[in-house]
Amino acid sequence: MTLAAATVAAAQTTTTAAGPQGFLSPTGVEIAFLLVGLVTFGAAIVTVTTKQLVHAALWLVVALGGLAVEYLLLTAEFIAWVQVLIYVGSVVVLLLFGLMLTRAPIGRSPDADSANRWAALAVAIAAACALVWVVVDAFRTTWIDLDGPAAGSTAVTGASLFQSWVLPFEALSVLLLAALVGAIVLSRRTAAEQRGADATPAGERPAGTPAPGGRPTGADRSSAGARPTSGARTEHDARPSGDDTRADPAGSAPGADDESRGDRKEGAR
Amino acid sequence: MNDALDVALRLLIVFVVFLTFPLIVGQAEHKVMAHMQGRLGPMYAGGFHGWAQLVADGVKFAQKEDIVPAGADRRIFQLAPAVALLPYLLVLLAIPIGPGEGAVGEVVDAGIFFVLAVMGVGVLGSLMAGWASANKFSLLGGLRTAAQLLAYELPMLLTAASVAMAAGTVSLPGILDAFEWWWLPWQIVGAVVFFVAGLAELQRPPFDMPVADSEIIFGAYTEYTGLRFALFLLAEYAGIVVLCGLTTVLFLGGWHGPWGADGVGWVWTLLKAALLAFVVIWLRVTYPRMREDQLQKLSWTVLVPLSLAQIALTGIVKVVIA
Repeated sequence: MTLAAATVAAAQTTTTAAGPQGFLSPTGVEIAFLLVGLVTFGAAIVTVTTKQLVHAALWLVVALGGLAVEYLLLTAEFIAWVQVLIYVGSVVVLLLFGLMLTRAPIGRSPDADSANRWAALAVAIAAACALVWVVVDAFRTTWIDLDGPAAGSTAVTGASLFQSWVLPFEALSVLLLAALVGAIVLSRRTAAEQRGADATPAGERPAGTPAPGGRPTGADRSSAGARPTSGARTEHDARPSGDDTRADPAGSAPGADDESRGDRKEGAR
Repeated sequence: MNDALDVALRLLIVFVVFLTFPLIVGQAEHKVMAHMQGRLGPMYAGGFHGWAQLVADGVKFAQKEDIVPAGADRRIFQLAPAVALLPYLLVLLAIPIGPGEGAVGEVVDAGIFFVLAVMGVGVLGSLMAGWASANKFSLLGGLRTAAQLLAYELPMLLTAASVAMAAGTVSLPGILDAFEWWWLPWQIVGAVVFFVAGLAELQRPPFDMPVADSEIIFGAYTEYTGLRFALFLLAEYAGIVVLCGLTTVLFLGGWHGPWGADGVGWVWTLLKAALLAFVVIWLRVTYPRMREDQLQKLSWTVLVPLSLAQIALTGIVKVVIA
């Protein structure tokens, strides 16, 4: 999606540049825009094709950073920094956190491929085409004056966001709130489910002593806390509820260690 | 030509500040910690009260062999120190130390967003280091770093937003231009939350669980030696400089002083920042390390509600005086 936006934007500059200057004498900003767009595009391609999971996340940083630079070049400074703050600073860190908590082998993961890749490619291309078409169609004759006063400064962005576009903005925030509530509901299990869930996956663990049916011992419980599901829960559990403080990050840390070590051995040797 | 020279001069000054201030903070830490613990600290290097101790440390680090563990992901392992350090250099560019256009590296329109966004990127360096080292202690350190960042980024942003609301701008010089002395009591809760969250983001004691030496050796930096290790240390001290500078600018009025800002504005900024740096060192000596669950609890149950309350207070006062 973001990729498509970048290519669209790249196409946009070249079409708008056809006015006074013409294609044959592009300005420095336009050349920089195109080059950064190419880098972003390349990084995005590597992100989805590399077989190394963590490398994919780091290439995503390059792609998202490239987009931020594109915003900067279009004088949308505020959007650029928000892009860095939200995507690079939070989303990618969350992504890396999840990867490191569950499985982050060094080297190639043989199963880091999906049988759905052709379907995914088709969806991606369709989405890109739709976006390119919509954006080109909507902004065909719009000209961004890069030399004049910044068109994307904080004041301008804020004014248009909270005057012209306040309804979509609020609708989006309600959507996000719904997603948040949904995530909490999904991750919150009742005490009975919790007991059942603790007993079942014990048999799937490669090492350790499974205790089928019985109540897990203290040591067993702490390592069971490292399963991806409850690991992901710890963020929510860190909230004041405090019903099972034993499954907090401190409790899950030693277990996460065991699991990652196992993965690492597979990956490295 | 004059413009280019001006830009080059600014960049040079910021670079020099970036290289010297962290060392000054480091040396101050050596001496202040020592005196708080009833000892002298470094006394020999350089002759006068061991002033050259950190220079000697630097020479030592440069002489060490640069080792990459056999199982490590080489390129990411080698890249991580740069990713950890460079964001702080960029942030320094945007921190104004005096009134007017001349006393800031580069005026950034959305200054608050710029500094917080770029500071968040620095943590990626620790994550990369923790993962690429192929060491379970490093990985644990990386995990703890990430968990800590996720918890403390939010209160930091919220309190910064409170100041931006008070000033009606997100530009750092703009905030200082709008500053009045009574902002200090008005935003004091926000200031404390921002400072504490910043300390946690830098992994300074008492929030140094990610590098807890008694548990996980040195967290994400366990496998590093020589210059790359020194770069991580430098990043930590550059982080202190940046955090103290930012707290000064956002909450303590930056160049504003009791007797006006004529000509000596930058002295006030440096003085306030130095005082905060002293507090950072002081906290390291006095507080024991917090456990991981205590860390999370502090952020989600104390700092986030406090920062939300600060925003509410800011909004109410803003409406009342408008």
